[in-house]
Amino acid sequence: MMQAIDKKLLRDFGRLWAQGLAIALVLAAGITVIIMSIGMSRALNESREAYYAQNRFAHIFAGARRAPDSLARDIRAIPGVLEVETQVRGHATLDIPGRTKPASGHLISYDPARPPALNIPILRSGRWPERPGEVVVNEPFAEANDFRLGTVFSVNLNGRKREVRITGTALSPEFIYTIGPGALVPQNESYGILWLPHEVLDAAFNMDGAFSHVSLALLPGTQTDDVTDALDQLLKPYGGTSSFDRSLQQSNAFLDAEITQLEVLAYILPPVFLGISIFLVNLVVGRIVLLERAEIGLMKAIGYSSWDICLHYLMLAGLIALVGIAIGVVAGSWLAHATATLYARYFDFPFLVFGVPSSIYAASALLALAATSLGASRSAIHAARLAPAIAMSPPAPPNFRRSIFDRAIDAIGFSQPARMILRSLTRWPLRAATTLFGVALAVAILVASSFFPDAIDDIIDKAFYQSNRQDVLLLFDPDVPLSGIADVRRLPGVLQVEPQQYHAAILRHGHLEKRLAVSTVSPKNDLARVVDDAGSVVAPDATGLLISERLATALDVRVGDTITTTFETGLRETFEIPVSGVVIQYFGLGAYLDHEHLNRLFRQDPRMSTVNVTLADPIYPEAFEEAVKELPGVMGTIDMTQNRMSFSDTISQNILIVTTIYAILGSIITVGVCYNAARIQLSQRARELASLRILGFSKFDVAKVLVGEVMILVILAQPLGWWFGAEIARWMTEGFSSDLYAIPLVLKPSTYATASLIVLAAAVISTLIVARRLGQLDLIAVMKTRE
Amino acid sequence: MTDQPLDAVFRTKEVSKIYDVGEIQVHALREVSVSLYEGELAVLLGPSGSGKSTFLNILGGLDHPTTGRVWFRQTELTTASDRALTRYRRDHVGFVFQFYNLVPSLTARENVQLVTDVARDPMRPEEALTLVGLDARMDHFPAQLSGGEQQRVAIARAVAKRPDVLLCDEPTGALDSKTGTTVLETLRHINDTFGTSTAVITHNAAIQQMAHRVIHFQDGRIDRIDQNETQIAPAEISW
Ligand SMILES: Nc1ncnc2c1ncn2[C@@H]1O[C@H](COP(=O)(O)OP(=O)(O)OP(=O)(O)O)[C@@H](O)[C@H]1O
Ligand SMILES: [Mg+2]
Repeated sequence: MMQAIDKKLLRDFGRLWAQGLAIALVLAAGITVIIMSIGMSRALNESREAYYAQNRFAHIFAGARRAPDSLARDIRAIPGVLEVETQVRGHATLDIPGRTKPASGHLISYDPARPPALNIPILRSGRWPERPGEVVVNEPFAEANDFRLGTVFSVNLNGRKREVRITGTALSPEFIYTIGPGALVPQNESYGILWLPHEVLDAAFNMDGAFSHVSLALLPGTQTDDVTDALDQLLKPYGGTSSFDRSLQQSNAFLDAEITQLEVLAYILPPVFLGISIFLVNLVVGRIVLLERAEIGLMKAIGYSSWDICLHYLMLAGLIALVGIAIGVVAGSWLAHATATLYARYFDFPFLVFGVPSSIYAASALLALAATSLGASRSAIHAARLAPAIAMSPPAPPNFRRSIFDRAIDAIGFSQPARMILRSLTRWPLRAATTLFGVALAVAILVASSFFPDAIDDIIDKAFYQSNRQDVLLLFDPDVPLSGIADVRRLPGVLQVEPQQYHAAILRHGHLEKRLAVSTVSPKNDLARVVDDAGSVVAPDATGLLISERLATALDVRVGDTITTTFETGLRETFEIPVSGVVIQYFGLGAYLDHEHLNRLFRQDPRMSTVNVTLADPIYPEAFEEAVKELPGVMGTIDMTQNRMSFSDTISQNILIVTTIYAILGSIITVGVCYNAARIQLSQRARELASLRILGFSKFDVAKVLVGEVMILVILAQPLGWWFGAEIARWMTEGFSSDLYAIPLVLKPSTYATASLIVLAAAVISTLIVARRLGQLDLIAVMKTRE
Repeated sequence: MTDQPLDAVFRTKEVSKIYDVGEIQVHALREVSVSLYEGELAVLLGPSGSGKSTFLNILGGLDHPTTGRVWFRQTELTTASDRALTRYRRDHVGFVFQFYNLVPSLTARENVQLVTDVARDPMRPEEALTLVGLDARMDHFPAQLSGGEQQRVAIARAVAKRPDVLLCDEPTGALDSKTGTTVLETLRHINDTFGTSTAVITHNAAIQQMAHRVIHFQDGRIDRIDQNETQIAPAEISW
């Protein structure tokens, strides 16, 4: 049978349910974020690890212009190398029936006689290509284009068009996150991975007996640097581009960035929610203990130990935690699932370990219990320490000594209700401070989340409407002489053309190094410009490098320092180039050189690797596309208009989801804090408020006292919340920043205003709910109670 | 003291209790030395503020004297640890408080169960409530009971553990004479049946006639102790 003291516990909890629920919701919000963020980051991580292990994802990757197959033996002999996989790879534009917009593909050779030993693709349907004219494409590309087995399209192989028939679809650990050159988000419709029979690529790229891509698996514990150095040495004579490890492999790097973001969320948000829960539990249990002094004394008098009493109140808080855990687990699992569905759209896993590990559930439950216990501990210990005889005598009335405040209040000559509000604020400073602080955190959460849309707007504006204003980008591979620009200008519908060069390079400063593409700009540029965070166009000076701020940080350089730049193109020379400027940018690690200067350094005739084009009709004209396909050397075209649209679409969808969730979280905090503050206030001041009623004040007047006090705190909390919010937003932007992208800190007055409005609305609603109780206040009963 | 058992259940030696209230000191008890005997029903009488409740609380291990010593049988309470005092209260003492002190969120039965849950050899809560004539109101909450009924629940709660001593602080203070009589009869009945040593505080001088001894308090001291050769049944007491 249940112990009487436990029945008391359950009945007390039943009486407190609204307050308990308000706290439980805050707690649940914390648990939800923990389960979602840590759960999903673990899920992503574990799915990735399992996928990599099963499909033998390589550790080191490198490209070469044309390396003989015999070199594979030497590569395998590098100490620490476990396995070597050589392939022919290339790029091609694709011609898809019924599609006018450009599409391009990453081509990988497939030898049915010698299936890949590393980066093993998983066949999802059909079979591998066996003879020329057959192709296997990556599953997302097939799905986006509605391909079936047997669908035929053409590939422009080094200028020659070949029809291929789809025999199967596949996924690869190398392409979990697939973005084509120049794209910012996956565009599966226009970019595909194609596995073609090796003899087709050998012929097309003149690679018989040679390879252009190599992947290595290493023995556990091998120093990657030693291997990459040795590999670079071996590949150098064959036009090798310097090798890199997983951290620079595109798909893997994006996953890393996503996992980091989730972890940042997990570190920043849950502590806020748990902290507020601690404060609220502290307030509520403190109040209960005060009201139950006599019962505590009685229980001690009849032989319950201090520990029994302490536990009793800890368990009351524990029940709140249980409710919070239950809600949090349900909401967290749901959100984790929703996030997983979202991820499934961007990340191509053959399986995603969606399940949140049970250890995360357990850990978050323990955290919740720890938070409520901590919140209740002060009052529970106080209860346990009460001497039974003292406990049963009524508590000393609160110390109403006149303070400086009172004299100030008198001097200003406030009305009675206003005095009551001000007195109460100074008399129960802990409650006032808790309310203020809690509401400020609610505002902060909202500020810190709703700055995202503005940040993204800013990114889009800078990246697409100020920096990159071209409609189409033509990619040439390899570089072609600048004279080719005339051919581009002659294409149908072309308005403006602007050549640019990209050169893969390693930038070193001291022991720090970064690999990236150095691009050229010329002061005449109008389409592809470098724009700083203030929106003004900047350009490198005649002989120096203009670099992005994150690159400057990564290499620890300032304007005036020199960067050792090793180009992987042309003669593969190394130059000492001074930094002439640093610019704040949000995508990638940019480095820019003057066009003329680069040509001088390379001692070459002017060349171009891309041409930026604007069209008379930004809706891609078929005639233009047809003509481009005939142009020699074009590896691919990038439809920037399409790019802009899919980036905004993808991002704005995500942002809507994220900001909605945060708005809910912020409101939960506000309701939790304000409802409890008002309830406790009502309980502390029932007598006082009832006396006002007896003295002839209307219900409305009395409600004003109650609501007024909370609203004063809520209003005072706003500036503090704005400040916290800006700080949290700053932490988040710092935490989210990676080599791939950064998020600008854009805080507009409207961000602050929206956050404050949501919080004010939630505060008004929750205090009005409490104020309604004033109507039910039993005047006589209140006046007769001991307190 | 001829026909009283001479074993003292409580013995106090120069017990004083001083409350510090700001600048002034309140001497609630001044060097009280007295013994209460096994099986005895003692009444503590005295004007308001004379220190009766303070004295009873000290005997019950609810409060510590400022100076002096207190023994329960062979055990000295004044040197006992908090933990030992808790055990002492749980195993030996039944309290009936001036303000009933029922837990409002528990029914009559559950209020009694609160004690039987932790006692060593308790009655069933139903049994204790039957003893005080409340078998019909067991599942009522305190708010649904009259003052006298609440006080009887408090007594049932005190006796349910079969305590060695029963300490009652004005058990009839808030009751009319009829209910007061019922409550006193219950106490007397328990004292008779179980031989429980009982101390009852009261303002009502008439009640003294049902006691073996009457201890008069005055200004924190014991003024005098009267011995009743014969005890009147509560029903015969004129209020
Ligand atoms: N916690 C306390 N703090 C200060 N003084 C106290 C405290 N408890 C009791 N007193 C004082 O000690 C004195 C004795 O109080 P006590 O409660 O023992 O009197 P009592 O005889 O039981 O009175 P009553 O018949 O009114 O219940 C009184 O003067 C009282 O004011
Ligand atoms: Mg008293």
